[in-house]
Amino acid sequence: MLYSKKVMEQFQKTEDYGRIENADGIGKVGNARCGDVMWIYLKIDNGIITDAKYETFGCVAAIATSSMAMKMIKGRRVEEALEVSNKAVTEALDGLPPEKMHCSVLAEEGIKAAIEDYLNKRST
Amino acid sequence: MKTQYYLDYNATTPVDPRVVERMIPFFSERFHNPSSFYHQAGEVMEELDAARVELARLAGANADELFFCGNGTESDNLAIFGTMLQDKKGHLITSAIEHAAVLNSCRQLQKDGYDLTILPVDGHGFVDPDDLRKAMRKDTRLVSIMWANNEIGSIQPVAELARIAHEHGALFHSDAVQAMGKIPVDVQSADVDFLSLSAHKMYGPKGLGLLFKRRGLHLRPLVFGGGHEKGLRPGTENTAAIVGAGEAARLVSTHMREETERVRLWRDDLQTRIEEKIPDILINGDREPRLPNTLNISIRHIEGESILALLETHGLALSSGSACSSKSLDPSHVLLALGRSHEDAHGSLRISLGRFTRREDLDHLMTHLPSTAERLRMISPFWQNRES
Ligand code: FES
Repeated sequence: MLYSKKVMEQFQKTEDYGRIENADGIGKVGNARCGDVMWIYLKIDNGIITDAKYETFGCVAAIATSSMAMKMIKGRRVEEALEVSNKAVTEALDGLPPEKMHCSVLAEEGIKAAIEDYLNKRST
Repeated sequence: MKTQYYLDYNATTPVDPRVVERMIPFFSERFHNPSSFYHQAGEVMEELDAARVELARLAGANADELFFCGNGTESDNLAIFGTMLQDKKGHLITSAIEHAAVLNSCRQLQKDGYDLTILPVDGHGFVDPDDLRKAMRKDTRLVSIMWANNEIGSIQPVAELARIAHEHGALFHSDAVQAMGKIPVDVQSADVDFLSLSAHKMYGPKGLGLLFKRRGLHLRPLVFGGGHEKGLRPGTENTAAIVGAGEAARLVSTHMREETERVRLWRDDLQTRIEEKIPDILINGDREPRLPNTLNISIRHIEGESILALLETHGLALSSGSACSSKSLDPSHVLLALGRSHEDAHGSLRISLGRFTRREDLDHLMTHLPSTAERLRMISPFWQNRES
C-alpha cells in the first residue's frame, strides 16, 4: 500500500486518540465496507470545540483521517466543524489511494454524529 | 537501503543464490530454443530433462508425469478445468480454505453449470474425511483439497481424502504449492492423481508452475499450440526458470530436514514469546499437523493493516488477513471458515519463516510487536472500552 508521507506521519505520530470523560458529544460510526469503527468525543464550550479525541479500529487511512480531522475541528465553532468534509481531510493529508477513500468518510460522519449528539443532549 | 526483516516466506521466497547462478547462462550464451535443431538446443533440452527428473524425484513422481506451466495458479486451473471440461456436466468438491486459484476455478465451473460442494473445516483448519464421504455423489468427478494451507498452515489428511475420492470413482487433485519444500510431499504414498506446485515458494524463480498428472490420466488442455509438454501445455519452455526450479528441488532434497527442524523450533519459541508478551491473542490454526514455518495470530481489538504499517517502519515484512489490507476489502475467507469473527480476522497477522530467517529477525519482531499492539490498542475503542 502506498500512502503519502503526510498520511504515514499522521498515522505514526497521532496524538488526539483516547476518550474524553464527560464528553459533550459522542459519535459512534461504523464502516459497512470493511467493518471498521470510529468513536469521536467532543468537549464543547459556548459553541466552540475545546477538545476532540477519537478512537479508531481500522486501517492506516482510517487512523490518519481521524487524527487529522481532530486537528481540523479543535478550536472551531460547531457550525464550522460541520463543514469539515472528508474531501478537506483527505486533501490535508495529500490524498489517499482510491480504494481507501471510503475510510475518510468515517471521520466526517463521526464528527457529524458527535455534534448531533451534543445538540440532542442540549435540547433535552 | 534499510535492512529488511523478512517474515513472509509463504508469500514468496527469495531465490537461492545457487539457483540464480544456475539460471544465468540460460539468459545469455545458452539462450537457445530447446526445440531447435542444432546441438546447443539439444543440450538445453537435456538440462530441462534433468530438472524434470530432479523435481519429479522430490515429489515421488516419474519424470514423464511432470508438466511445466506458468505458475501455481495455472497448474490448479489445468487440473480442475482440464478434468471437468471433458464433460458438459458433473459434480466437484473442494474445501472452504482453498487458495483463490482453486476456489475461483471451482466457482467459475459452478457458474458454467457444474455442481459444486464446498466442504467446511473445523476450528483448527482441518477437513473432516467424513464430510467428504457424505458429499461424494455418483457424478462426482473431481475432489480438490489443498495439501497445506497458506495462511494458517494446517495440513490436510490428503492420503485419506484421496482414498475416499477413489472409492467413489472420482479423481483427486491437491494444491501443494505451500507444502512443497516445507514438509515431505509424496504423490505415491498419498496416491493423488494431480498435484500443483510452484517454484517461487521453494527458493526458485517466479513464473514457473508444475503439474503432476498420474500416468494414464487425461486432461483437456486450456491453451493450444505446438507440441510442448506433450501438448498439455504448449508454448516455448521458460528454460532458465525450469533449470532454476530443478536446482531449487535439489537444494530442498538436501536441506529440508535440517531446515524444517530449525524453523519449527524457532516458530514454537516465537509463539510462546508472543503469548507471554501480548495479552488477549488467538492462535489461528493451532493444532498439529501444521506447517513448521507458519504462525498465524489474531491480536484482538486492532486491525491488521495498521499493524503491518507500524511494523514496516521498523523494517519488518509480514502479512495479514484483515479486510483493510485486501484488495476486495473482504477479510480472509480462511479465518472466517475457522469460525473467527470479522473483528478477529481483522487483527490477524501471518508470520512465516524460511531458509534465510535469522534469529535476529525474530528478536527484532519481538522488540516491536508488543509495543505496536499496545499502541494500536490505545487507539482502539474496543480495547479501551472492553469489559474486564
Ligand atoms: S478502515 Fe478498512 S480499509 Fe480503511
